[in-house]
Amino acid sequence: MSTPATPTRKIQKVDSVTIRFVGDSGDGMQLTGTEFTKASALAGNDLATFPDYPAEIRAPAGSLFGVSGYQLNFSSKDIHTPGDQPDVLVAMNPAAFKTNVADLKVGGMLIVNTGAFTGPNLEKAGYKSNPLEDEALRQNYRLFAVDISQLTETALEGSGLSSKEIARCKNYFALGLMFWLYNRDAEHEIGNINKKFAKKPEIAAANVTVFKAGYAYGETSEVFLSSYEVPAAKLAPGVYRNVTGNFATALGFAAVARQTGRQVFLGSYPITPATEILHELSALKDHGVVTYQAEDEIAGIGSAIGAAFGGALACTSTSGPGLALKAEMIGLACITELPLVIVNVQRGGPSTGMPTKTEQADLLFALFGRHGECPVPVIAAQSPADCFYAAMEAMKVAVKWMTPVILLTDGYLANGSEPFRIPDPASLPQVKVSYQTQANGEKGEFLPYKRDAKLVRPWAVPGAAGLEHRVGGLEKDSLTGMVSYDGSNHEKMVRTRAQKVANVVEDVPDLTVSGPAKGKVLLLSWGGTYGSVRTTAELLQAEGKSVAHAHLRWLNPLPKNLGAVLRSYERVVVPEVNSGQLAFYLRASFPGVDPVQFNRINGKPIKTFELAAAVRELL
Amino acid sequence: METTTNGQAKTSLPTLTKKDFESGVDPRWCPGCGDFSIINQVQKLMPNVGVPREKIVFISGIGCSSRFPYYMNNYGMHTLHGRAPSFASGLKVSRPDLMVWVITGDGDALAIGGNHFIHAMRRNMDLKLVMFNNRIYGLTKGQVSPTSELGKKTKSTPYGSPDYPFNPPALALGAGATFVARAVDVEGAHMGQMLKSAAEHKGSAYVEVYQNCPVFNDGAYTYMTDKAVRADSILRMEQGKPLLFGKDNKKGIRLNPQTVHLEVVTLGENGITEKDILVHDATHADPTIAFMLANITGKPGFPTPIGVFRSVRMPTCDELTWEQIEDVKAKKGPGSLEKLLASGETWTVK
Ligand code: SF4
Repeated sequence: MSTPATPTRKIQKVDSVTIRFVGDSGDGMQLTGTEFTKASALAGNDLATFPDYPAEIRAPAGSLFGVSGYQLNFSSKDIHTPGDQPDVLVAMNPAAFKTNVADLKVGGMLIVNTGAFTGPNLEKAGYKSNPLEDEALRQNYRLFAVDISQLTETALEGSGLSSKEIARCKNYFALGLMFWLYNRDAEHEIGNINKKFAKKPEIAAANVTVFKAGYAYGETSEVFLSSYEVPAAKLAPGVYRNVTGNFATALGFAAVARQTGRQVFLGSYPITPATEILHELSALKDHGVVTYQAEDEIAGIGSAIGAAFGGALACTSTSGPGLALKAEMIGLACITELPLVIVNVQRGGPSTGMPTKTEQADLLFALFGRHGECPVPVIAAQSPADCFYAAMEAMKVAVKWMTPVILLTDGYLANGSEPFRIPDPASLPQVKVSYQTQANGEKGEFLPYKRDAKLVRPWAVPGAAGLEHRVGGLEKDSLTGMVSYDGSNHEKMVRTRAQKVANVVEDVPDLTVSGPAKGKVLLLSWGGTYGSVRTTAELLQAEGKSVAHAHLRWLNPLPKNLGAVLRSYERVVVPEVNSGQLAFYLRASFPGVDPVQFNRINGKPIKTFELAAAVRELL
Repeated sequence: METTTNGQAKTSLPTLTKKDFESGVDPRWCPGCGDFSIINQVQKLMPNVGVPREKIVFISGIGCSSRFPYYMNNYGMHTLHGRAPSFASGLKVSRPDLMVWVITGDGDALAIGGNHFIHAMRRNMDLKLVMFNNRIYGLTKGQVSPTSELGKKTKSTPYGSPDYPFNPPALALGAGATFVARAVDVEGAHMGQMLKSAAEHKGSAYVEVYQNCPVFNDGAYTYMTDKAVRADSILRMEQGKPLLFGKDNKKGIRLNPQTVHLEVVTLGENGITEKDILVHDATHADPTIAFMLANITGKPGFPTPIGVFRSVRMPTCDELTWEQIEDVKAKKGPGSLEKLLASGETWTVK
């Protein structure tokens, strides 16, 4: 192949495309998706991705529940979601076809590996006959039947590879074809393949051959009448990298370690979909991070609290079931007033629920799910890249206010990705650490619970001579920290701890609204629904509708102006991936405010066209 | 943050006395409780462990024993039921320069905290874990614990306990503890020795202290501590010495070569001489004999061993963690916030 795309056919310009790659978990769809993503980023598109894989690690080949997918939305415009319905579906086998075809836009492009539509595979997917022969299918979609399996085999004839190894290359055929279809830089990808498989040159060579074959198929076969081009988006100038939410969370914590020169300590226990935070931070040991994989969820947070007592900037990462196990420990961090960030990557619940699917159903649990009066600040990240800033902010608040902070993300943010503009270090949230070095009592004694004007107690860490003190779970005297069973002291301490957390509001920016400052409808999102709700609002605004959008990042304390904002609109719509938890919280917090709920609990992000339709009904 | 280990401090320490380790809060244990004798020994030991007072941390869980940190004039944490080893492990990994003690009880360490206990031991985390074993739940007023005898009648087992108890040193050894010892509350000097050895040990150190709870389980250990029976019922294990016991030190422990089991023999009977008696070696890397010794506890006809079962130096979890960090730092070279942020695959938008 000479240069990328010596087009012999016309190139159509399009604004935005959503592609979904689906196949067996062994088909390499995640790799195909990420490679295509990288190429789109290099081409200057704005983008957002979302992988969707089964809970089983290696589900039986060809089975319906073993289907793995990767969706990518790339655009010449500013986008906020991986897209609702794909414009293009690349399906590698009947099971993948069956579980995804209904999502494809009518008139969308359907590229199918016919080589996998054989008797046994059709049977595993529950088909009695070949669905590709269905006339209705051809009427609804633009079907491109390509025998990718056979074409891959042909390309690798005489390569000496086993048939199993050859079968594993076929995702590169699909990738090559898509590279041609969207005029991506093929030479660059060939470099990537060689780098990725540097240790296995024969596999590298095979993948390159198949990739080129896929590219050439697009170019030479008469199947595709045109190829497409999505022009570069007008992104803010700067250096970018693509980040998933989990990676960005880890990066945020490591940035805190670098910024402060203090140790960041992560105590954690593996749990889907939060585990990558532990992986990523474990790899960042050279940046001042200490990670500790504990024996269970409880010890994960326990080790972090122990490290916090020792002066570390401590955090723990988990998902819903783990947060439940950590609840008692959060109470201890609250009563001892030690800084700590608890990251909860929400997933479908209750119990084991749907571990690989997203949900926002831990909001009320994060706010209230502890025994006793135990308020903690709660922040929720709004996009994969925002996880970076949210992690830094959560740590900033934890340390400044000597309190545990819960950071909520979700499976959708954690695994989804988007470009992250590398920030100027000076612009980052500043985490300021100061340890007590001197006695603060009138008699020269150290009083660990003597507070400053903001009600924050001092942080004295082992090694500081003369400041030896004890902290613990028993209620403590309001100055000395020694055990106190005095009722009035307890009341004072409960109220003081609550007031301190309420004071955090000074670090919570006022809510900003995009769209009219008053009007018919306000869409209020929180956490991972930001992208879908934002897109919906933009869509409706473009239609000339009086719709505004505001997004809540801090859930406790709530922004000072929230009540006023809510009361500026006739209707407040709260879209959530739960059965109405923020709506419930708003009703309780702002008497008279009765939001309209829009709820989906299907393990997937909210679809903009569904939300837009619901909002149109209100207007 | 310092990353040194808690080995003996190089600078000279101010001379402190036992009093300097008393917090000024009077212990609130019941009169006659065995806990008094334990805190007395710990406070006596503290000026001599070679670590500055402000670098010693006591961490406890929940239970009578766990009030301990409040009475010590060190940094301390009184945490959650069973969870003390988790806090201690996090603190030790984060701050290897500190000397970290865990104070716990049989219910705290072996029931609700069993998981944390075995994992702290297997990691060879450099913690000194002292478990007060009174074979009962004291703070909740008398229920069977994981070390209560089979058939024991308590408020929660009015017809007798159907549970077999743990053998704590055997559990600790099985979990991989590199230092395991047993002491008895009424033998203060011996207990002091055990605590001192634990303090000097680098790695997971477990000291079981038989502790009498005069309120809910009085006399739990009189079967071995009563003057009349003491000599015949306690086996004092001493490094390098034959395992002899009894009034005139005539009884001994032998490893029967045929059955490969420990047995009690008497010198001068059946041709037994001192040469047949097992010589105690707690430093053997293989914990098998230590495990056999732990398992004679409570066996009819056998004495109860006290002393050090095992003391083996192995790299600790905290040491290995920091070695690795230093290695990675050396390999990757000096970094910066800018480099961290810009790592990975990037592209530029102009
Ligand atoms: S209940 Fe027993 S163990 Fe607890 S303090 Fe009283 S005597 Fe000691």
